[in-house]
Parts: sequence; C-alpha cells; structure tokens
Amino acid sequence: MQIKSMIKAIAHLACFAPLGYLVYAVNNRLLGGDPQESVLHLLGYWSMLFLLLCLTVTPLKQITKQSQLLHYRRMLGLYCVFYLVLHLTMFFIFYLESNLYLLWQEVVERPYITLGMAASLMLIPLTVTSTKKMQRLLGRRWKKIHWMIYPIALMALGHFIWQSKADLNEPLTYMAWLLILLGYRLYRRFIR
Amino acid sequence: MSQVFAKNSTSKLSVKESFVTDENVFWNRRQFIQRFTQSAIGASGLLASGALLASEATQKNENAKPFNTAESLSSEYVVTHHNNFYEFSTSKSKPAELAKDFKPGNDWTVEISGEVAKPGKYSLEDILKFTATEERIYRLRCVEGWSMVIPWTGFQLSQLIKRVAPTSKAKYIEFETLESRSTFPGQRRGSLGFQVLPWPYREGLRMDEAMNPLTLIATGVYGKRLPGQNGAPMRLIVPWKYGFKSIKSIVSMRFVEKQPVNTWQKSAPREYGFYANVNPQVSHPRWSQASERRITDDSFFGVKKMPTQMFNGYGQWVADMYKGMDLARHF
Repeated sequence: MQIKSMIKAIAHLACFAPLGYLVYAVNNRLLGGDPQESVLHLLGYWSMLFLLLCLTVTPLKQITKQSQLLHYRRMLGLYCVFYLVLHLTMFFIFYLESNLYLLWQEVVERPYITLGMAASLMLIPLTVTSTKKMQRLLGRRWKKIHWMIYPIALMALGHFIWQSKADLNEPLTYMAWLLILLGYRLYRRFIR
Repeated sequence: MSQVFAKNSTSKLSVKESFVTDENVFWNRRQFIQRFTQSAIGASGLLASGALLASEATQKNENAKPFNTAESLSSEYVVTHHNNFYEFSTSKSKPAELAKDFKPGNDWTVEISGEVAKPGKYSLEDILKFTATEERIYRLRCVEGWSMVIPWTGFQLSQLIKRVAPTSKAKYIEFETLESRSTFPGQRRGSLGFQVLPWPYREGLRMDEAMNPLTLIATGVYGKRLPGQNGAPMRLIVPWKYGFKSIKSIVSMRFVEKQPVNTWQKSAPREYGFYANVNPQVSHPRWSQASERRITDDSFFGVKKMPTQMFNGYGQWVADMYKGMDLARHF
C-alpha cells in the first residue's frame, strides 16, 4: 500500500514537472523572444500530450495485462484538463486582454479556435463525471459520456494542426499516434 | 528589470569589438552608438518620464531621417533571438543557435539578371561602394501578429537598381534566398518527409515598391553586421509590408515583366498574397490583423498589445502606389 501511494506521488510530481519547468523557464528567460507565446503553446502542447497518454492507458493495460494501470487513466485525463485550463487562461488574459467580446469574436471567426473551444467545452461533462462516485451513479451511461473523448481528441489535434503555419511533420506525428490508438480499439471491437 | 539591463549592457559592450568592415558602415555605427548611448544615458536617469524621452527622440529623429520612428526599440536580444527564418528552423528561437557558423562576408555575391542593362554577379563589397549606408529605425510587423522596432543599417534598394539600369520591360523584381542544405538544415525534409516550404525562398516587389525610398537592403542591425539568423549578409526590408516580404540572405535579383509568385503565396494562396501590405482591416483567414503584440524585450511582460496601423504607419509614403486597388482582393 505504501509503495503504491509512493508511486502515485511520483506520478503526480511528474505531471507537475512541465508546470515547474515553465515557472523556472519564465524566471530565467529561457523561452526566447516571446515568452508569452511559448507559454501559451507549451500549455496547449502538454494538455494534448496528457490526452494522448490518457488514451494510451487502456491499450497498454490490455497488452501488458497490468490492470493497476487503470488507476492512472483518470489522473492523466485530469492533468489534460489542468493544462488546458491554464492554456485557455493564458490565451484569455494575454491575447484577448480579458475581453469577453474579443473572445466571442475569435470563437466565431477563427475556425481553429472554434474547434479548440468546442473540444474544451466538451471536456466539461467528462471532468465533472470523472469521480468514482459519479462512475457508480451513472453506471452504463458513464461509458457513453466518456466515449466523447475520441471526438474530443480528434478535435484537439485538428486545432493543433490547423494553427501550425507550414511544418506538418510534428502535428502529423501526434495524429499518427492518435490514429494508432483509435485503430487498435476498432481492431479489438470488430476484428477480434 | 535588472535582467533586462544585464542583457542589454552585454550586447552594448560587444559593440566595441572591432572587426573589418566597410567605412560607410563604420561611420554609421559611430553615429548610431552615439545616439544610442545618449538615449541610454537618458534612460539611466531611470524611468524619467516616458513622454520626455519620446519627445527627445522625436526631435533627434526629425533631424536625422524622416522615416525613423521614435518608438522604443525592441531589445537587441529579441531582435536577434526571435526570428522567422524557416531555412534554419520553424522555431523562432532556433535560428540564433543554428546560424552560429553562418557568417558570410563581403565576398557574398548576388546574381542580377533579367531585364537590366548591366546584369552580372555583384559582390556585396562592390555594391557597398556605389551605395550609401545609413541607419533606419523601422517598425516590423509579422503576418503572425507580433511586431518589433528595429534599428537597421543598410542602403536604399533604389540606389542598386539605378546602377544596374533596368530596361523598360522590367516591371517587377524577383528575389531569391540561398538554397543550401548544408547551410540551412530547415531546407531538408522533416521526419515524415514533408518539406516545410518549396525552396529556395522567393519574394517579389513591383518596381515602384522597390524604388520607394523606404525600401532598404539591410546589411546590419543594432550597429553590427547582420547576424546569420537575421538574414546575413544582406536582406530586404519593406516596412509597410508583412515581414515575410523582407527576404533574407539574397543571392539573386531577377528583373522581370510578369508578377513573380512569392513562396508563401505558392504555399498557401488563400492566406498569403503578392502584396502583403500591412492592413488592420483585412484579416488573415485564420486570425485578425487588427492588433499586434509589440515585443520590446524577452521578459514575460515585455510584450504589449496595440492596434495595427494601415501600411504599418507608413501610409504617408506608400498609400499612393495602391490608389484604386481593392486591397481586400490584393491582400
């Protein structure tokens, strides 16, 4: 039991490490000429990374037959939300100067922001129902609600690819990762 | 704040390094250092009212050059460490690292060809002999939405053009950046085999735009030779257009009759046009151009949001060239 909670503590520390790095990097000016933009992009990047990691847990569990891995799925999902909230806050305060009207304009006029914002909003019900209690309470419906993570992931990656100006090598690498995860699930469901 | 000073002062110290350079550039640098230290002394009276400083600077600039802006300069660090130079990397901080060994000298040559009476390979050394180097403090507005104020040294492109004597058929100039996979790692294919842009990078100007007195070929910045990441040894500066028009490390200038296709237009014609005049009323398809994020230094709060001006504030000198044109169509 103690070892288990220790591992969990280490995992939490690891999940906070990106934020720790950001604070350190901002203070030591390691983020280049436009640190606000770097922070915005890195927060979004880590949110996406936690989402992909979260989706990797189930296949990993099935392949390695280590069911305790499942304990980390919710944790990774919640860290995805954590970094997403910071990403959105950063955008709202520094890019939109906390102006709600500007936010509305951006959401309406910029398709990649519309997409990102829609994915963010869709994460709300998933976050709210992430507790064990809710899981028990909702029973079968819980799975249906949380199935939304797949369209959310596709939308999040769409947002990432859409905002990149020219170099598709990096965003498409993450898209490949997601497609492998989705492909694996389809394979299990329909072919096996 | 103390860190800002630390970084600025080291860069100021390195101005003292003497290196072989054209006399023109040298004189210009003297003038510039004088002017710059004066304003630095002014600033070290620390946060003496900004208005006072601004008015002082305006006076000086009015004596010096009509085009020089009096806005506060972006720090040398951000000017040389926040670069869109995709030939090195799509990251803005990496070109400064990757360009460490890219230090072309005055033996750099530019191929001047097409509709001109005196075509040929011109070395930068020769070009500097028949052009007058001066300093210009310009706003630079990137199409991505950030901007800086940068003290360039360079010569008016018009001086070079007059020298090579374009024929009556010369309606446009097509510029080209060096293509070299060994110099520019960004010109190699990426991990998935995608090319970032079709190389070599190309840009174009209409002849009247090229002849406009604002249009500069920069050979230096902050009183020093142009660093690799800023487009050494010579790059275009067209301050009323988005930054991507200001092509770097130029190896070719072709005088042509037909409008050239510039690289970004070729890559994404819906998003980038030939003219690329700064215009707050015409949005990029993915973002608004109504405001910009002015980068003054690399601290977390070194960026200020401000409205973008038509023609980047240079309308008085350039708006006439576009009379009667639908600028939403010719974006």
